[in-house]
Amino acid sequence: MNPYLPVLIVLVIGIVLGIALSSLSRLLGPKKPNPIKLETYECGVPQVHEQSRMSVKFYMTAILFILFDIEAIFLFLWARTFKSLGWFGFIEVFVFMCILVSGYIYVVKRGALEWD
Amino acid sequence: MGLDLGFGPIEVNDFLVQFVATLIKIAVVIGGCLQIPPLMIWLERRGPALMQRRRGPNRVGIEIGFIRTRLWGLMQVAADTVKLIFKEEVVPAKAYKFWFQVAPMFGVFPAMLMVAAIPFGNDLVIGGYRVPLSIINLDVGFLFILAMSGIGVYGVTLAGWASANKFSLLGSLRASAQMISYEIPLGLALVPMVLVFGTFDLNEICMAQDTVLNWGVFRGYFIVGPLSLMLFIISMFAETNRAPFDLAEGESELVAGFHTEYNSAKFAAFFLAEYIAMFVLSCLCSIFFFGGWQIPFLPYDALVELTGSQNIASLLGVGALLLKAAFFMWFYVWVRWTLPRFRYDQLMNLGWKFMLPTGLANVFFAAFIMAMATF
Repeated sequence: MNPYLPVLIVLVIGIVLGIALSSLSRLLGPKKPNPIKLETYECGVPQVHEQSRMSVKFYMTAILFILFDIEAIFLFLWARTFKSLGWFGFIEVFVFMCILVSGYIYVVKRGALEWD
Repeated sequence: MGLDLGFGPIEVNDFLVQFVATLIKIAVVIGGCLQIPPLMIWLERRGPALMQRRRGPNRVGIEIGFIRTRLWGLMQVAADTVKLIFKEEVVPAKAYKFWFQVAPMFGVFPAMLMVAAIPFGNDLVIGGYRVPLSIINLDVGFLFILAMSGIGVYGVTLAGWASANKFSLLGSLRASAQMISYEIPLGLALVPMVLVFGTFDLNEICMAQDTVLNWGVFRGYFIVGPLSLMLFIISMFAETNRAPFDLAEGESELVAGFHTEYNSAKFAAFFLAEYIAMFVLSCLCSIFFFGGWQIPFLPYDALVELTGSQNIASLLGVGALLLKAAFFMWFYVWVRWTLPRFRYDQLMNLGWKFMLPTGLANVFFAAFIMAMATF
């Protein structure tokens, strides 16, 4: 059996379960909407329908995440084949890590990871 | 091999056996998974009650005729579940309706896929066919689990954005930044373990930890293993947005974070996803560091000899893994009621400025001692 067939089956079950949970209360629960109930759960001045701006820090985090996560994936593959690659693989990954760490030091020095 | 069920012989082949076995496994595992959130909710209310010297929920019980029992309040969760399902569904008028409805689904299906890839025990042998005890057996093993845990971030981000609520948006931004930040240390904590075990296959990793001294925690001259465990446990808490890193839902500042606008069964869906993710990480922690389905002081081979059957030994292993995972589930509750919440900058500094360099150093050190030992 193709090992990805169960993935497909579980995926379908998961999606069906998700949709079921999303619509269960709509089918079973009472429906008595009124304007106050449907208001956004905030307080103070009436909400303007506009997405508030978000800090650029979150974008920075996302970009840095992509860099370092790809690095982690490379390390996984190297770790798996560590024994067959031998010293050659070890030195290659050491060089790779040095380049990456210098990038990391640059990022820290520029203050990209400062939160206040 | 033929099989006659009364309507002509059926040719039994490997595909048929594996397919039927997969369906049975899905029914058992997914059915079992749906029981985790109610049990955890009960534990999360009785646990702190125990620590704070109060009783917690203990009223709701069963009364059938003359049988009256309170069952330590276990029926409270059944009542809660029924309440959640039969509640009115409120979708805020300003929310982006379609994405608001879809977001919980993005939490649920990755959680299901994650739990499907966990090997709960060693392979069974039924009628000469090898039946593994995990639904999904890929040779990339836990990389699949890590990938699926990444998809879970979409649900959180989408939910917060679609709610069109400031608290939700801020909560979801915090939660997703935190989840992606801690995915890196989570991965880096496991790289040395892959180095040590030399495989991605979770079942083989369990197999390699036959005695307590071979457990992942004690590998790498008692340095690499414990360091990895420390990094893994911290990222495990941050990855599931649990206390002391539950900034995504800091009650005093963000109401409830990304699920502020959610109620009824959709709210339950988020909790389902969160608790299943916690369970999966607990299982991974047991598998990588504490022997997985190996019973302590009783290696699998010895257990097979003792019980005289591989199937019984494998099923006992399921019990061992579930007990170990249950300990970590309790550990989540324990920590939640012991440690205060971190500040957001402290959290990000811990992730990026301490865990990331430590993880890299640990990988390098593990590789170095492995290289010295093997080449």
